Amino acid sequence: MLNINEVYKTFNPGTINEKKALNGVNLNLNSEDFVTVIGGNGAGKSTILNMIAGVYPIDRGSIILDGIDITYLPEHKRAHYLGRVFQDPMKGTASNMEIQENLAIAYRRGKKRGLSWGITKAEKEKFHEELKVLGLGLEDRMTSKVGLLSGGQRQALTLLMATLQKPKLLLLDEHTAALDPKTARNVLSLTNEIIQADKLTAIMITHNMKDAIKYGNRLIMMHEGRVVYDVAGEEKKNLQVSDLLAKFEQASGGEFANDRMMLA
Amino acid sequence: MSFLISLLWATHAATAQGILFGVMALGVYITFRVLDFPDMTCDGSFVLGGCVSAVLIVKAGWNPYVTLIVAVLAGGASGAITAFLHNKCKIPAILSGILTMTALYSINIRVMGQANTTLLGVDTVVSMVKDILPESIQGIANFTNWVVIVLGCIFVTLVTMFMYWFFGTEIGCAIRATGNNGDMVRALGEDTDKMKMLGLVIGNSLVALSGALVAQSQGYADVGMGVGTIVIGLASIVIGEVIMSRARTFKFRLISILLGAVIYRVIIAWVLQMGLKATDLKLLTALVVAIALTIPKMLGATAASKATISMKGGDSNAKH
Ligand SMILES: Nc1ncnc2c1ncn2[C@@H]1O[C@H](COP(=O)(O)OP(=O)(O)OP(=O)(O)O)[C@@H](O)[C@H]1O
Ligand SMILES: [Mg+2]
Repeated sequence: MLNINEVYKTFNPGTINEKKALNGVNLNLNSEDFVTVIGGNGAGKSTILNMIAGVYPIDRGSIILDGIDITYLPEHKRAHYLGRVFQDPMKGTASNMEIQENLAIAYRRGKKRGLSWGITKAEKEKFHEELKVLGLGLEDRMTSKVGLLSGGQRQALTLLMATLQKPKLLLLDEHTAALDPKTARNVLSLTNEIIQADKLTAIMITHNMKDAIKYGNRLIMMHEGRVVYDVAGEEKKNLQVSDLLAKFEQASGGEFANDRMMLA
Repeated sequence: MSFLISLLWATHAATAQGILFGVMALGVYITFRVLDFPDMTCDGSFVLGGCVSAVLIVKAGWNPYVTLIVAVLAGGASGAITAFLHNKCKIPAILSGILTMTALYSINIRVMGQANTTLLGVDTVVSMVKDILPESIQGIANFTNWVVIVLGCIFVTLVTMFMYWFFGTEIGCAIRATGNNGDMVRALGEDTDKMKMLGLVIGNSLVALSGALVAQSQGYADVGMGVGTIVIGLASIVIGEVIMSRARTFKFRLISILLGAVIYRVIIAWVLQMGLKATDLKLLTALVVAIALTIPKMLGATAASKATISMKGGDSNAKH
């Protein structure tokens, strides 16, 4: 489904700010895999998602999605195949536009935009039904500006927008990190429901190790731009947070796990 | 009394001019507000529209109305160059516009072969309408201004209807979203460079159309006629926002801009009547814009959200 082969990325090469973010990442996903990704700050988690999405070009390696070589495709073309939800709730929606207008733009992902009306009556009805499923009452506020919504509502909306056209791959970068714990739980279980219902292939970065174990069928740990641990199936289900902490210490050569991972 | 009469007369002319400048303000609104692209091209594209139109009438004997189409195309091309400099050459938005504007100064003189072109004694969009009107109404006071006002209203209506339609289409929505959140638009599969290109082309087409109409109605095109276009456009937008601060829908926002453009001209005519030197106008305009931009911020404590919504890009509540 997704083949990431020997991907390297160095930011600001040749300067004092040089940073090797990815050091030969290899990752193969099967169809309907739901992978959770953990790792310390700066491990390269966001970078690998950005490489898949085409936000920056990669230095070396290749990325094949469902048989299509997307390594050199510009960001907006890859978006035809990808659904994305960002950490920052502001980043996934247009705040000055209506909820239904945001959905209408998302509904046209992967399609050619022309001079027909930006949103049709049939679409409004469809969006009404889809919003109902979120259970946030947004279906009654379809003409409200997205800027008026709370962070959690925006993330739920972004999630719906990302999956309105079924993506080949859903990319979630700590999409609940900016939310309060209760809202984060709701958005997370909603995420899980959508992924199960639509049988999506997904990669989800999280700093919460419990969530990383609880959700998905596979878990990978990244460290210094590499995948250092990859576990799936029964073995993954039976993981404990302490196992992950041990793995992390092992990977980082006995150093203490950083604060964020300890707390999680 | 004579002061009042001359003021009224001046207001008439000012209203007529204001409507024609309103088309320019709508163009500036597309680039500055909808696309959130600080586009300085308009100082040049406004003149370009006027030059192209004037030269085609005077030197090529074209129908004044047909020259408007060429002016629109020329304005669109100048917007495309700015978009190219920004998208492909990765030059910052402001500088891209300044480069095109600077280049247009030379081009405009090339187009005219000199620094200005007069339209006296030739047909213009205004004279053609005057000619077909019956003798009986030709004598009414301010006849020419009335013709310009009616003609301007027709153009403004067409442009407003076009904008209302266009920004409700799939592409139009994507352009509005680009001005609001480019990351989102790319993540949803649209090329933001393409959207910026389209927005700049359309915005500058309208600015050039306005330049052509202004040149024809004032009877000359001059290479200096575009100085401060951006500021006048912004002044119109912010005056409109201040007087119609409740205008939340796209339609009313467009109307507020047109009103702003007229009010701006009337204020200018008024202060000129009061004895201000014409050369001090730019200073006054800059002050008007600075004050008008400050007022919403000062009222901000109570109406913060309202002000910020109207200050940012993607600023268009097209509702269908
Ligand atoms: N655009 C960029 N320019 C320069 N350096 C960058 C850029 N993006 C990421 N980096 C660097 O690359 C490294 C990996 O960053 P990345 O964002 O992938 O980490 P992460 O695993 O997502 O960490 P976090 O848990 O903090 O989100 C970091 O050292 C970061 O500073
Ligand atoms: Mg990250």
